[in-house]
Amino acid sequence: MTALFTILFDGVAYGMLLFVLACGLAVTLGLMNFVNLAHGAFAMAGGYVCAVLVNQSGWPFFAALPLAFVASALIGVVLERALYRHLYTRSHLDQVLFSIGLVFMSVAAVDYIMGSSRIFIKLPAALEGQIDFFGVGIGRYRLMIIVICGLLTAALQLVLARTRFGSRLRAAVDDPRAASGLGINVPQVFAFTFAFGCGLAGLGGALSAEILGLDPYFPLKFMIYFLIVVTVGGSSSITGPFLASLLLGIGDVAGKYYVPKVGPFVIYTIMIVILIWRPNGLFGRTATR
Amino acid sequence: MTAPADVGYHARRHARWHWSEIAFWILALSCALLFPSRFLIMTDIVRLALFALSLDLILGYAGIVSLGHAAFFGIGAYGAGLLALHGIITEPVLALLVAGLAAAAIGFLTSFLVIRGVDLTRLMVTLGIALLLEALAERFSDITGGTDGLQGIEMQPILGLFAFDMFGKVGFFYSLAVLFVLFLLARRIVHSPFGLSLRAIKNNPLRAAAIGVPVNRRLIAIYTLAAFYAGIAGALFTQTTALASLDVFAFERSADLMLVLVIGGTGYLYGGLIGAVVFKMLQEFFSSLTPQYWQFWIGLVLVVIVLVGRERLHRWALWLPNLVVRQLSGGKAAIAIPESDAS
Repeated sequence: MTALFTILFDGVAYGMLLFVLACGLAVTLGLMNFVNLAHGAFAMAGGYVCAVLVNQSGWPFFAALPLAFVASALIGVVLERALYRHLYTRSHLDQVLFSIGLVFMSVAAVDYIMGSSRIFIKLPAALEGQIDFFGVGIGRYRLMIIVICGLLTAALQLVLARTRFGSRLRAAVDDPRAASGLGINVPQVFAFTFAFGCGLAGLGGALSAEILGLDPYFPLKFMIYFLIVVTVGGSSSITGPFLASLLLGIGDVAGKYYVPKVGPFVIYTIMIVILIWRPNGLFGRTATR
Repeated sequence: MTAPADVGYHARRHARWHWSEIAFWILALSCALLFPSRFLIMTDIVRLALFALSLDLILGYAGIVSLGHAAFFGIGAYGAGLLALHGIITEPVLALLVAGLAAAAIGFLTSFLVIRGVDLTRLMVTLGIALLLEALAERFSDITGGTDGLQGIEMQPILGLFAFDMFGKVGFFYSLAVLFVLFLLARRIVHSPFGLSLRAIKNNPLRAAAIGVPVNRRLIAIYTLAAFYAGIAGALFTQTTALASLDVFAFERSADLMLVLVIGGTGYLYGGLIGAVVFKMLQEFFSSLTPQYWQFWIGLVLVVIVLVGRERLHRWALWLPNLVVRQLSGGKAAIAIPESDAS
């Protein structure tokens, strides 16, 4: 019984992490209809920035996390202004090729600068070990992830649903022409959203170094997971991808625990079945563009 | 001239062999004499060309974007490897066909999944199928040899006459012959009414359906055929290298393949062939520059190609050949111009 709770807990932490990593992609892929396979590269960038700051410059972990966010967001905004925005109207094939090219470049560049082995981020002592909670062992690090990601999710939902910026974004996505006719600076809204999504990915990358492992092949290894979250979750709201990541996280952890031999097989099968059954995602609108 | 006769006239005129095509194949054959010490890499190029030809059939002619074409390559590779390893079918040409048919069978089954949904779903499903097969191959390591791959494959002489030699000379001619035969078949198919209907589907599926083209059946057919081609390419890989490991399913293989086709241009069959030559030369060049990090440059090439625009690049590349042709044949430029791609 306690094993079940531990799995559930680990799965939720894993799922939350996936959500923070992938929710930027939910905006670019789901809302802006841009196939960005290079999303994991931004996460990797954040992870490495955090690792360098903590391990080599001796920054405290919690101070390095915001920096990971800022660094990835900066890279995101530069790339968006310089490259991505030219491709919004291109065919999906062009977008796929372009982002695969970026992935290859980022993998080789990080390999060149940081070496190809997996790196670890030194954690503060307060985050190590477990707390005993009614007989269930709860990892402190995972608890922190759940808290941070939970707060972020709530904040995102509030921003999207309640603020002026949220309504501008939703308008820009629904109909860019009408939105710009109403005086909304659509490219600016998109650029800001893109950068924010990249920043979240960077933060996720920094947090995930402990759990998922951080090496130069990160963008390739987890690309499929991010894509699953977005395509299965649908793109109509932030709730869809959130539930999809939780499902994926719990499913993956449980799968690895109970049927370790089957491996990632189950996840891929479920994904294909869901996509066949509902091409627009489990929680998607019935008709998307 | 009535309209159907007119269409038939143009279709036949396009299907006629152009002298530049004949020159291309003579050049390919003469490479064997020009570079007698480079058989291995030339075989590699021929295999890649066949694989790219297979992707061109679905991407260039039917407009299906696939991120997991390595799935069929892998099935062909393991198929041929297992057939040879267990001595089920020792004759290479027959084993090649059987491996190709196995890939075609999987292609047929998965085509029903692929034709549903839009671009994005197709991307995900094709990618998912390739990953699934990779996971399966890893799982059933008692059959596939797991991460070590199939070891100890020994190939019998082709047709019982030509034994594979260590310099890869026989392998090269064998691969080139297979490529040529399959190219002829593909050429016949894309110039047939069937091929023309595929182009109609690619340009506008709705309109194609409205004029009576059975869209889904045509897509299933071409997807199965492309899987067959990819399977043959994979089988050739195993037969000429006596190797089959998990990386035949790898995502990088599918991604590289896209680059090959994009370099060469889609939708005129020679794209994959020319692309394979250019890609391998680029790869050689980049790995001599920075051995470990050649992927960086490959990625850069992809990004630049997309940003500059594929149509524009091909116009530039074809400017000189077309100029020459125009001068020689007095007015009409006839080197194949790649069509614009699927959106």
